[in-house]
Amino acid sequence: MPEPATLPTLEDALALGLRKTEYELVCEKQGGPPNLLELAMYSLLWSEHCAYKHSKKLLRTLPTEGPHVVMGPGENAGAVDVGGGMVCAFKVESHNHPSAVEPFQGAATGVGGILRDIFAIGARPIAVLDSLRFGEPTGARARYLLEGAVSGIAHYGNSIGVPTIGGEVYFEAPYEQNCLVNAMALGLARREQLVRSAAAGPGNLLVLFGASTGRDGIGGASVLASAELGGEGEQDKRPTVQVGDPFEEKKLLECSLELLEHGLIVSLQDLGAAGLTSSASEMASKGEVGIDIDVARVPLREPGMEPFEVMVSESQERMLCVVEPASLAAVLALCEKWEVNGAAIGTVTDSGQMRVLSGGELLGSMPVRALVDDCPLYDLEPQKPAQPIYEPPEASLPAGASAAETLLGLLASPNIASRRPLFEHYDPIVQSRTVRRPEQADAAVLALPDGSALAVSIDGNGRRVAADPYRGTIAGVLECAANLACVGAEPLGTTNNLNFGNPEKPHIAWQLSESVRGLGDACRALQAPIVGGNVSLYNEGATSGPIYPTPVIGMVGRLPDARLAAGLGFARSGDEIALVGAFAPSLAASELAKLRGEALPDGLPEIDIATVRAAQLAVRDAVRSGELASAHDIAEGGLAVALAECCLAGGLGAEIILGEERAEADRESQLFGEGSGGFVVSGESRALQRLGESVAVRRLGVVGAQALRIGMGAEADDEAIEVSLAELAGAHAALAELFS
Amino acid sequence: MKFGVLQFPGSCDEVDALSAARRVGDAELIWHGERDLGGAEAIIVPGGFSYGDYLRAGAIARFSPAMESVIEFAGNGGLVLGICNGFQVLCEAHLLPGALLPNTNRHFTFRQLELEVLYSGGPFTGACALGERLSIPAKHAWGRYYADPETLAAMDRGGQLVLRYAPGENFNGSLHDIAGVCNERGNVFGLMPHPEHAVDELIGGSADGLKIFESMRMSVEGARA
Repeated sequence: MPEPATLPTLEDALALGLRKTEYELVCEKQGGPPNLLELAMYSLLWSEHCAYKHSKKLLRTLPTEGPHVVMGPGENAGAVDVGGGMVCAFKVESHNHPSAVEPFQGAATGVGGILRDIFAIGARPIAVLDSLRFGEPTGARARYLLEGAVSGIAHYGNSIGVPTIGGEVYFEAPYEQNCLVNAMALGLARREQLVRSAAAGPGNLLVLFGASTGRDGIGGASVLASAELGGEGEQDKRPTVQVGDPFEEKKLLECSLELLEHGLIVSLQDLGAAGLTSSASEMASKGEVGIDIDVARVPLREPGMEPFEVMVSESQERMLCVVEPASLAAVLALCEKWEVNGAAIGTVTDSGQMRVLSGGELLGSMPVRALVDDCPLYDLEPQKPAQPIYEPPEASLPAGASAAETLLGLLASPNIASRRPLFEHYDPIVQSRTVRRPEQADAAVLALPDGSALAVSIDGNGRRVAADPYRGTIAGVLECAANLACVGAEPLGTTNNLNFGNPEKPHIAWQLSESVRGLGDACRALQAPIVGGNVSLYNEGATSGPIYPTPVIGMVGRLPDARLAAGLGFARSGDEIALVGAFAPSLAASELAKLRGEALPDGLPEIDIATVRAAQLAVRDAVRSGELASAHDIAEGGLAVALAECCLAGGLGAEIILGEERAEADRESQLFGEGSGGFVVSGESRALQRLGESVAVRRLGVVGAQALRIGMGAEADDEAIEVSLAELAGAHAALAELFS
Repeated sequence: MKFGVLQFPGSCDEVDALSAARRVGDAELIWHGERDLGGAEAIIVPGGFSYGDYLRAGAIARFSPAMESVIEFAGNGGLVLGICNGFQVLCEAHLLPGALLPNTNRHFTFRQLELEVLYSGGPFTGACALGERLSIPAKHAWGRYYADPETLAAMDRGGQLVLRYAPGENFNGSLHDIAGVCNERGNVFGLMPHPEHAVDELIGGSADGLKIFESMRMSVEGARA
């Protein structure tokens, strides 16, 4: 052990991000001041990123159990039963801070990290989705971050052979400094293939396999993810962003799955934030065992690395597994086949200690329980802000715009315009499961071997959550479920990434606690429990203020017959079009309000979750019966935009009569207002009639011709919208210039 | 009829190619380190990123033991189909003329495309009609076909320009909208679009790609009979 003279001080602990009280607790747990290695390990595991010290108490309020749940929070990813002996593993995770510093590698390694979480539980990754937030694309920084993040996601996902099948992106000023890059992945496994991460069996060996360990990403978790981004000095942080290598991960993925197939692994864990420190400690903690690691046995990328550097390195594409001694030779042989490093670097012990050695020399020893479980948890002090936190957006739609001009302005707005210029960078079809590609349906649909299918959606409108954290979050969850209903799927489980500002500030604490309350209420009502997720806090710049509170919701569902998944586009001339559900549109916090430069309202209209749920079930059942030609949920831009999207996706026009509204404000909210629970469907008259037996159905018009015409029903219909498909398509393609 | 599908550590579409081939015959994977082609009567070099492709797409894969056997197999007249990265590998191995350069739009692009059959006489498009349109997706960053003018003229005369992108569909900037070419002998064929991703109406909305595999089966079984 080092001499006491070299021991770090309280100041060192503070510099590493620990509080004074936390450092004192570490000293108490260690029975004296920790040495540098021990302090480095504590500082990482006790960081917000690893210990969830400001969110854990809230997360405990979320529903996590349900009939389909096979693996809940706490493992590398959650998993739900999808029938036929198969399970679907899924999780969303953020890589916000690295992406704000270096968007290409930040986003790429975000994808790499979430994929490792999936195969760490023994599932083959089958899909990636992404959820992105940037400042307005008129700004150079937002465009730089967008292009980097999209290229990074494409580079990693395409190269590793996992399809990117969906996603969403919003552009809002509060994300200007602090962009959000969340990635979700899904995997598929036979139920008996699943593996957990708890280390077991004293005497068993710890094998590190995959890429070699270098100095990249050292301190990423504590330095980047747990502090606000400074206005300057971002260049200095660049070395803490990790660099991804999808080819290395492809080999690691195949190697891991083949090790599991041969039954060679007792437990498996990926290396993410805080590298070996976090992975080994968590495996030991879950298995209630001790672990000895010999840093001299770790394959290194460069010579002369300090033991603490080896322990905290965030080099990508590495996994840690526990194997029985008799299996070691077979494990190393498979590593050789896949041309990845494999090395026995430690042993499972019954000491309850996490011990780090170099050769025979003991460098540090910490009680596993203290490292992993004893970080203090903090209560939030939520306080609703007395004044608005966010500046009103800049107006971008001219005052006095006609209804048709408003519709085209909305279609061209960055939050609504076609995502094709982005998703064309991604391979959505590799692995031959993709039944519905991006822009074909409200949810992505993946065929399963038995003829059924998975449906996936990811969503989270931060502006609405900023206006009303509780109801805005409920609306986000309902939106995901509505997307699933449109392809005929029922939710099986939910994952979430809570992207918020600094929780030590009362108004952020209020956003966070209200949002989690809404998340819990909505998931309980939908019977779509949370099976895993992630929290990303401190998303604010020193001068730019907090991001919009952004809970990103990912939902996985199942439909019995892949062939019956409905598309969103109108399919046949002559079909009738109807509005389904008790849709009560409002312009509050809508896209139109944003384009007009209106400040956020204080609160959103009440949502009757049960009524919305009933409409979703009715649409879901109608889609499953195969009777509907199309189904699309009404979201940003309201009914008029939803109709335009159905026209564009199907290449067919529509003739709509909305009915007379006296007041102009009512007309506007009918056309462009937003809210939960509304769908635009099309089909034969009889099908819509049958749908009307279980839910409110209002006939709107018919599919046909090459224009969208929306009349208000008045005799001299001055207010009618009449726009050709070509004009709609031109407006909708507004984002194309970003990548030209 | 047995297909062999090469598998490099960075292959991505090998299982897709395997199951597409199995719709018309037997098919097995062949590990890149193997020299034994396992009695395969036709070889598919699949899409993906063979060895990561950090140097140049397909540049390393051509030196693999399995590719050495494939070069010999092709020399003996065996059918070899290269898809996307496989096309790049076959060009690097000089089994096919020309080269694939970075797309003119400078980034990886996915799109469902219309292709036109320019030559239906050979073993890879025998099941297609001349001028027939096929709906097949493409997804790549290095797909701009290039060959010098003399080579192109000779290929044109020899029926080696097998597939082209329909008007308006050439996003990668390939010369003369070339999407797929064969060698002089006609037994080696490479294309950037992915026929193995157009074999099932449910997945992708088109089964036109199946015609490529069906053509190969007809050719192999015809030669056997």
